[in-house]
Amino acid sequence: MRYAMAVDTKKCVGCSDCVVACQTENNVPIGYCRDWIVEVTDGTYPQLELEIRSERCNHCDNSPCVRCCPTGASHYSKGGTVLVTPDECIGCGACIASCPYDARFPHPDGHVDKCTFCLHNRVEKGLKPACVSVCPTKCMYFGDLDDPNSEVSVVLKKRKWKTLIPEAGTRPQHYFLI
Amino acid sequence: MREELIVSGRMNHLVDPNLHIWHWHIPLYLFLGGLAAGILFFASLYTILGKENEYRTAVKIAPFITPFILIIGLIALFLDLNHKLYFWRLYTTIRLESPMSWGAWTLMVVTPISFIWCALNIRELFPRWKWPHSLLDTAEAFFRKNIRTLSWILLIFSLILGVYTGILFSAFNARPLWNTSILGPLFLASGLSTGAAVIIFMSKSHRERMVFARIDLMLIGIEIFLIVHMFMGFLASTQVHIDAASLFLGGPYTTPFWLFVVTLGLVIPAVLEFLELRGFRVPHLIAPTLVIIGGFIFRFIIAYAGQESRWLY
Amino acid sequence: MRTTRRQFIKVSALGAGSLAVAASTLKWSAASSLFAGADASQAFTRSPTYCEVCFWQCAGWVYKDNDGRIQKIVGNDEDLHCNGRFCPRGTGGVGMYHDTDRLKTPLIRTVVDGEETFRVAGWDEALDYIAARMKEIASRYGPECVALFTHGSGGAHFGHMLKAFGSQSITAPSFAQCRGPREVAFLTTFGDIVYSPERTDIRDTKCLVLIGSHLGENMHNGQVQEMSDAIDKGATIITVDPRFSTVAGKSKFWLPIKPSTDMALLLAWIHVLIENGWYDKEYVERYTYGFEELKAHVKPFTPEWAYGITTIDPHVIRQTAKEMFNASPAVIIHPGRHVTWYGDDTQRLRAVAILNALLGSWGRRGGFYNPEKAEVPEYPVPPFPQPKRMPTEAYEGKYTLANEVVSNGLCEATIPTTDKSCNFKIWFVNGTNLMAALPDQETTLKAIDALELMVVIDTMPTEITGYADVILPECTFLERYDMLRKSPHREPNIALRMPATEPKYNSKPADWMARELGIRLGLEAWFPWNNIEEMLDWQLKQIGSSLEEMKRIGVKKFPRTADDLYFAPGEDISFNTNTGKIELYSTDMENEGFNPLPVYTPHEEPPEGFYRLIYGRAPMHTFSRTANNPNLTDLMDENTLWVNPKVAKMWGLKSGQYVKLSNQDNKVSTFSIRVRVTERIRWDSVYMVHGFGHNNTKLSRAHGRGVNDTELITRVKIDPVMGGTGMRGNFVTFVFDTDGKEAAV
Ligand SMILES: Nc1nc2c(c(=O)[nH]1)N[C@H]1C(S)=C(S)[C@@H](COP(=O)(O)OP(=O)(O)OC[C@H]3O[C@@H](n4cnc5c(=O)[nH]c(N)nc54)[C@H](O)[C@@H]3O)O[C@H]1N2
Ligand SMILES: Nc1nc2c(c(=O)[nH]1)N[C@H]1C(S)=C(S)[C@@H](COP(=O)(O)OP(=O)(O)OC[C@H]3O[C@@H](n4cnc5c(=O)[nH]c(N)nc54)[C@H](O)[C@@H]3O)O[C@H]1N2
Ligand code: SF4
Ligand code: SF4
Ligand code: SF4
Ligand code: SF4
Ligand code: SF4
Ligand SMILES: [Mo]
Repeated sequence: MRYAMAVDTKKCVGCSDCVVACQTENNVPIGYCRDWIVEVTDGTYPQLELEIRSERCNHCDNSPCVRCCPTGASHYSKGGTVLVTPDECIGCGACIASCPYDARFPHPDGHVDKCTFCLHNRVEKGLKPACVSVCPTKCMYFGDLDDPNSEVSVVLKKRKWKTLIPEAGTRPQHYFLI
Repeated sequence: MREELIVSGRMNHLVDPNLHIWHWHIPLYLFLGGLAAGILFFASLYTILGKENEYRTAVKIAPFITPFILIIGLIALFLDLNHKLYFWRLYTTIRLESPMSWGAWTLMVVTPISFIWCALNIRELFPRWKWPHSLLDTAEAFFRKNIRTLSWILLIFSLILGVYTGILFSAFNARPLWNTSILGPLFLASGLSTGAAVIIFMSKSHRERMVFARIDLMLIGIEIFLIVHMFMGFLASTQVHIDAASLFLGGPYTTPFWLFVVTLGLVIPAVLEFLELRGFRVPHLIAPTLVIIGGFIFRFIIAYAGQESRWLY
Repeated sequence: MRTTRRQFIKVSALGAGSLAVAASTLKWSAASSLFAGADASQAFTRSPTYCEVCFWQCAGWVYKDNDGRIQKIVGNDEDLHCNGRFCPRGTGGVGMYHDTDRLKTPLIRTVVDGEETFRVAGWDEALDYIAARMKEIASRYGPECVALFTHGSGGAHFGHMLKAFGSQSITAPSFAQCRGPREVAFLTTFGDIVYSPERTDIRDTKCLVLIGSHLGENMHNGQVQEMSDAIDKGATIITVDPRFSTVAGKSKFWLPIKPSTDMALLLAWIHVLIENGWYDKEYVERYTYGFEELKAHVKPFTPEWAYGITTIDPHVIRQTAKEMFNASPAVIIHPGRHVTWYGDDTQRLRAVAILNALLGSWGRRGGFYNPEKAEVPEYPVPPFPQPKRMPTEAYEGKYTLANEVVSNGLCEATIPTTDKSCNFKIWFVNGTNLMAALPDQETTLKAIDALELMVVIDTMPTEITGYADVILPECTFLERYDMLRKSPHREPNIALRMPATEPKYNSKPADWMARELGIRLGLEAWFPWNNIEEMLDWQLKQIGSSLEEMKRIGVKKFPRTADDLYFAPGEDISFNTNTGKIELYSTDMENEGFNPLPVYTPHEEPPEGFYRLIYGRAPMHTFSRTANNPNLTDLMDENTLWVNPKVAKMWGLKSGQYVKLSNQDNKVSTFSIRVRVTERIRWDSVYMVHGFGHNNTKLSRAHGRGVNDTELITRVKIDPVMGGTGMRGNFVTFVFDTDGKEAAV
C-alpha cells in the first residue's frame, strides 16, 4: 500500500479551506499549520499565468526527516506515511532542518508536528483526510497508489502531473496536476 | 515578474518566513565538539606515538579543558531541545543514518574518556592527588595499563566527533549551503586547527608551540583549499547552490565570512605563524586567539546562513 | 471622522472588568490533545445548523468533543448549498464562537463626568429601557419612525416585531449596496429575479462568462463548487476583469478590461451576436419582445468601437462571442452579485440579461434554471397594522423600480431637512456594520446623529456598535435557533439551525430579544408561542416533518411541484413582464423615464497621480465580520494594496511597505496598508479586499489592520433606477506616513 495525494492546480482556488479544516480537525494550534497555499504568478500584465497549490508534507518515499531523526520518533507508517510519535521526539529540530519543503514545525507542546495524512483519526476509519473531504472545488485526491482503481491512481494516469523539487531526491508522494 | 506567495498566512514558529530553528546552541555545540575533538585527537595521537613527554601540553594539560567544553556543549544541545523531558530518548536507540544520533553516541563515548584522560593526568596539576577510594586506584591502574588501547579508541572517536560536527550540517540536502560533502573534512580541519591553537595557547614550551604552529599552518592551508573548493562546487552546481553561495558572494554574509572567518581567522594567523616559524618575533598568543575566534564565528555563520539557504520552487 | 453629538464609544472601555467572564475557552493547544482528539472523534456529538458567516447559508453539522466544546463544523451531505463541503469561512466559523472579544452583555449609553460611555446593563433593564423609549418616541412621531437595518437571520425576528409595532421600514445592504441592480434588470427583462443562491446552472454549463464576478475569491460555496465541476467537464470560462483574478487564471479567455467600461463590451457582444446571426433565433422569436429595436440600437456598437473604450482587442470580442454562441443555450453570462459599481449598473445588468436572452440561456440547462422554494406556513398571528407611511415614501419619486427597500434611501431620510419632515427617529441595526457596508460615511454619521434612539444587535464590538444607545449582544449562530432556511433551489428544501451549545457570556438569541421586546411593547398577540422551538415545531408539522426529525437530519428536501426546472422544448411561456415576453426592450424602464435599451456612458477617469480604487473579496473572509475571527485571521490578518510594478517603480514602492491612501476628496485612510507589488493589477487601478481597517480597539486582532475601503468611498454614484450606490468611482493616491501602522502594533 502506498498512500498519496494529488491536488489539481487547475481547479484549486487557493481558498485555504483545507488549512482551516486541518486546524479544526486535528487540533492544530492557532498560529500553526500543517498545510498551506502557494500562488505563483508568472508574466507581465496582461500576459499572465497562475498556478495555485495546496501543499503539505509529501510523505516522501525517501525522506530525509526520517533518516536524520536520532530517536526514531519520525518514522514510516502504514501506506508509507511519515509520522512523528510525540513521546519519542526530543524536539532537536533536525527533521525540520532536513525537510526541503519546510513541512514540519515545532508544536508548542515541544514535539515536532506535521501533516499525518489524517492516518489514524480518519483514513484508518475509512474517511478521507480532513482537507480532502472539505475542499469546495473537489480538487484534492487521496488514495492508495498500489490500487490502480483508487481515485489518485486514476487521476494520475489521466492527467499530467509534477512533484515538488524532485531534484532533492526525496521521492515525494504528493502530486500536483498541471 | 514571477511572484511566489504563500497566501494562507503560514507563519509557523521557527520555520517562517525563514528557517531559524537553530540559534546559538547548535553552532556552539559544534564548535566546542570540534575543539574538544581537536585536543583529544592530538593527545591520543602523541600518546600512541609515544611522545607524551615531548608534547606535554597537548597530551597532559590541554585535555583538562575537554570535559568542561564537552559538558557545556551538551548543555547547549540540551537547551536547544524543544521537548527536553524526552532527552533520554536519544539513548534508547542507535540510528546509523542520523548524524544527531551519531553525535549523541560519540559524545557518550568521548566524554567519559575525556574524564578518564584527566584522571590519568590529574597529578600533572595536583602532584599530591589521592583517590578517595581504592577502587579508583585500581581503575587508574587499569586504564594506565591499557593506555594505548584507550588512545586508539579516543583517536578514532575524536576523528568521528570532528567529522560529525560537519556532517551534522552536510547531511541536510534540504539546505543547499550545507549540502556539500566538503563540510565534514572542513569542520574536522577547523576543529583540529582550533585544538592546535588551544595547545599553542597553553603551551609553555617553545618547541611544542613551533610544532603545533606548523601543524596549524598546514590545517589552515587545508581549510582554505577546502573553502575554495566548496565555493567552486556551489558555483558549478544548480541554481539553488549558486544562490546559497551568493549569500557569501555579495549576500548578507559576505563581510562576516570573508573578513572574520577567512581573513582574520585563517589568513592572518597563517601569516603570523609562518613568520614565527621563520624566526620573526611575533606575539605568540595572537595567531591562536584569531584561529579560535575564527573557528567559532565560522560555525555560527554556516549554521545561520545554511538555514537561510533553501530550495525555491 | 467628524465629531457628532453621538460620540463613538469603544465598547467596553469599561465592560471587560465588570464582566468577569472566563476568557479561557480558546484553548486549542491543550497539551497532548493531538492524539486524544483522534479518539474523541468517535464520541463526537453533532447537531445541525446552517452557516451565518455569509448569506449562502450552507447547512452543516456542529461537532463537539467529549468536554462539550465546539470542535468543528462540517457540511451536511444532503444540502444543495454546500454538498457536504463548507467554505473556509464556514469551516472557520468556530472562531466566531470562540472569539473572546465578543460582545458579552447588554450595554447602555450613558454620560459619566461629561464623557459618553457604556454601562453594563441586565437584559430586563436594557429591554425595558428600549421599550419605554420606543413608546415615548412613537407617541410623538408614530410607529413608522422606526427603521430596521438588518443583514442576517435576526432580521426575521426583529422585522416581525417591527411590523407588529407598525413599521415596515426594513432594509438590508444586500439590495442597494449589492445585488439590487441585477434583480431589477432581470425583473424588467425576464419578469423574475436571479435570487440567492443564484439560479445559474453552472454545473452543466459549457461556457461561463464572469464579468467582474470573481468566483473563487467570492467564495459563495455552491457556485464555486459548480464552477469546478464545469472546469472538470471542460467548460470554457471567459473572465472580464481589470484584475487578474483567481478565476482569470483558470479562464480560456481573460479580458483585462479598462475599469468602468464594461457596458461598451456588452454592447459590442450584442452587436456581434446579432450581426452574425449568432443567437437563438427560435427562442428570440418565440419569447422576446423588442428584437428589432435592439438590433437597430446596437448597430453602431462594433468591436472596433468598443476597443477604443475597453482596450479589448476586437478579434477577442468576436472570438468570445462565437464561443458563447457555440455553447448556447448552455451558456451563462453571469449577472454577478455585488454589482453597484458606477451608477448605471441596472442598465449594465440589462445588457447582461439581453445577452442571455439572445443566447436562449434563461430557462435552459446549463443556463438559468427555474428554482423552487419550499412552502412553509407561518405561525398564525393577527394581521399586522397598516402603517401610515410606507418605507418608499422616504425617497418619494425616486428609485421607482427598486423592488426592495433602499437602505441609503432610509439613511438619507433620517437626516432632517427643511422641506421634508424627518421620517426616522429610531434605528434598529441588526447584523450589519453600517460603517463598512454603507459608502459615504459622512451621510451615515449625520443620520445617526439625528436619531433619538439607536439599538444595535451584534455579536462583535464592530464600528457600528460604538454609535449605539443600546447594544444587545447576540449569541452566535452556533448557540441559537433561527427561522427555517427555505431558499429557492433546484429542489425545494428546508434546513434547521439549532443551538449546539448554551449561549456564552450573557448573550441571547435574536428571536428571544424580539419577543421579549414585543411583549414589553404590548404586542403579545403577535408572539403567541412560548419559545421558538414551539413555533418551529408547529411550522414543521404543517409540512409533514417535526422539530425532532429536523434535529436528526438537519436538511429536508421535497419533490418539485412541477417538472419545470427548465423550459420544455417549444413550450409557451408567459413571462411576468408588461408584454408577457422577455423584454429586450424594457417597457418598465421606458414607463419610468429610463432608457429602454442600455446605452454606454463614459465614466470619470482617475486624475493624474491617482488610481481607481477597486475592491473585492478574499476567500477566507466575509466583509468586515470575520476580520477578528481567530481561525480566519490566521489565514489573512490584514488586507494588502495591489499595485502594478510600473506604478510601484514610479512611486518607489516596495512589497511589504506600509502606505496610507488619500482619495480625490482628500479623505486620508485612518490606518496604513501593506503594499503588494504584483502584475495582477492594471496600472490605472489599485485593489484591496473589503472589510479590514477596523478602528474599534476592542477587536484585538482586527484593530488597525489594513485599510477600510469604505472610508475612502466618499463619492457615490447613485443608480437612478433603483437607488444602488455605485462605489467604484473613487480615486486614491499614496501618502507616505507609517503612523497608522505603528499605532496598530
Ligand atoms: N466598501 C464596500 N462596501 C460594501 C461592500 C464592498 O465590497 N465594499 N460590499 C457590499 C455588499 S455586497 C454587502 S452584501 C454588504 C454587506 O454588509 P454587512 O452584512 O453589513 O457586512 P459586515 O461588514 O460583515 O457586517 C456584519 C455585521 O454583523 C455582525 N454579525 C455577524 N454575525 C452576527 C450574528 O449572528 N448576529 C448579529 N446580530 N450580528 C452578527 C458582525 O459583527 C458585523 O458587525 O456590504 C456592502 N458594502
Ligand atoms: N469570501 C467571500 N465571498 C463572498 C463574500 C465575502 O464577503 N467573502 N460576499 C458575498 C457577497 S454578499 C457578494 S455580493 C459577492 C460579491 O462578489 P462578486 O459579485 O463576485 O464581486 P465584486 O465585489 O463585485 O467584484 C470584485 C471583482 O470586480 C473586479 N472589478 C472592479 N472593477 C471592475 C470593472 O470596472 N469591471 C469589471 N469587469 N470588473 C471590475 C475586481 O477586480 C474584482 O475582481 O461575494 C459573495 N461571496
Ligand atoms: S480547499 Fe481546495 S480549493 Fe481551497 S485551497 Fe485547499 S485545495 Fe485549494
Ligand atoms: S515532505 Fe518533508 S517532512 Fe514530509 S516526508 Fe518529505 S522530508 Fe519528511
Ligand atoms: S525533532 Fe523529534 S522527530 Fe525531529 S528529528 Fe528530532 S527527535 Fe526526531
Ligand atoms: S491530510 Fe490531514 S493532517 Fe494532512 S494537511 Fe490534510 S487535514 Fe491536515
Ligand atoms: S459559503 Fe461559506 S460562509 Fe457562506 S454560508 Fe456557506 S460555508 Fe458559510
Ligand atoms: Mo453582497
